[in-house]
Amino acid sequence: MSEQKKTFEHVIRERWCKGCNICVAFCPKQVLALRNGKVFVEKAEQCIGCKLCELRCPDFAIEIREKGVVDPPSVDASNRDYAIPPEAEHD
Amino acid sequence: MSESMKYFREQRLPHIWCPGCGHGTVTGALVRAITRLNLDKNKVVVVSGIGCSSRAPGYLDFDTLHTTHGRALAFATGVKLSRPELKVIVMTGDGDCTAIGGNHFIHAARRNIDITTIVMNNNIYGMTSGQFSPMTPKGMIGTTAPYGNTERSFDLANLAIAAGATYVGRGTAYHAKLLEDLIFQALQNKGFSVVEAVTQCPTYLGRRNKFGTVVDMLNWFKDSAVNVKAAAVMTPDKLAGKFLVGELYNKPDQEFTAAYDQLVAQVQRKFDSFKGGTRECAQNSD
Repeated sequence: MSEQKKTFEHVIRERWCKGCNICVAFCPKQVLALRNGKVFVEKAEQCIGCKLCELRCPDFAIEIREKGVVDPPSVDASNRDYAIPPEAEHD
Repeated sequence: MSESMKYFREQRLPHIWCPGCGHGTVTGALVRAITRLNLDKNKVVVVSGIGCSSRAPGYLDFDTLHTTHGRALAFATGVKLSRPELKVIVMTGDGDCTAIGGNHFIHAARRNIDITTIVMNNNIYGMTSGQFSPMTPKGMIGTTAPYGNTERSFDLANLAIAAGATYVGRGTAYHAKLLEDLIFQALQNKGFSVVEAVTQCPTYLGRRNKFGTVVDMLNWFKDSAVNVKAAAVMTPDKLAGKFLVGELYNKPDQEFTAAYDQLVAQVQRKFDSFKGGTRECAQNSD
């Protein structure tokens, strides 16, 4: 069974952000950073969706939305299409 | 947050609070708690007094009332008594609630009127440049206490319990999720509910007391707050210099507007059945 990974997107309202650094400091995965005094998403793929930034943001400037579940492509017995002969995959 | 955006007056944002001020976190927690309860906007009244914290209702799309200094609870009592079906929330600060409005606070608690009070305690008068308030911890520096505050501070939660509030909780801007849960519980409590939200004032308290950044102030809350469940098994010397967070008191009692309506119904019945002749009512026998 392959490991499923949830992905998240960050909605940032730059006009509301005052660059107080709370979200950057309390992010457990160091996803966020400050750039030109505003919050910036540096490593979006590392986000675990804990929403600590959203909860603590005093300016309502950041929001986490779940994008969906990404299933990494894998081939095992359960999802193999047996209609295709094995030698057809090699060319 | 997107589902709670309908409760904000978006055209008024960004707000005027300083960068890193905890009042925004508390306002966010309140709005999330209201979103969880899915309250009707037109059935909620938010009342505030004067101060940094009392700017909050200006950003919320409910029926809001910005009143005189310390009198938020007095106005809220009037609103609640005339329209008991409305949900009345008071957003007040530590100076507003404990200094100038202290009397209104204890008497609202004594009556157990169904008002949810959120006290944003930033330990200082922020709007007027950092004078010390009754909630400033001993030894801290303010504009009017340049060598340190010598007064003892109020324990607002214990004051509210002693005065008769039926739900008392305390959270901080660091414990944002806990704060949201406490406000959620307080809004459901039928009676006077107090949630003390300890927030950071990086501009005046933080700068004068050499806290450094906002993050250091939030870490101060993290280090000095002890959950009430954890404190039950801790020794008193370990609890020295710390404060408790969590649900501190929850004991429902008879609510004031319900008792008042009951009294009105009782008196009306007595006089409606009066058909002349000898009055049955002893008070009006003359």
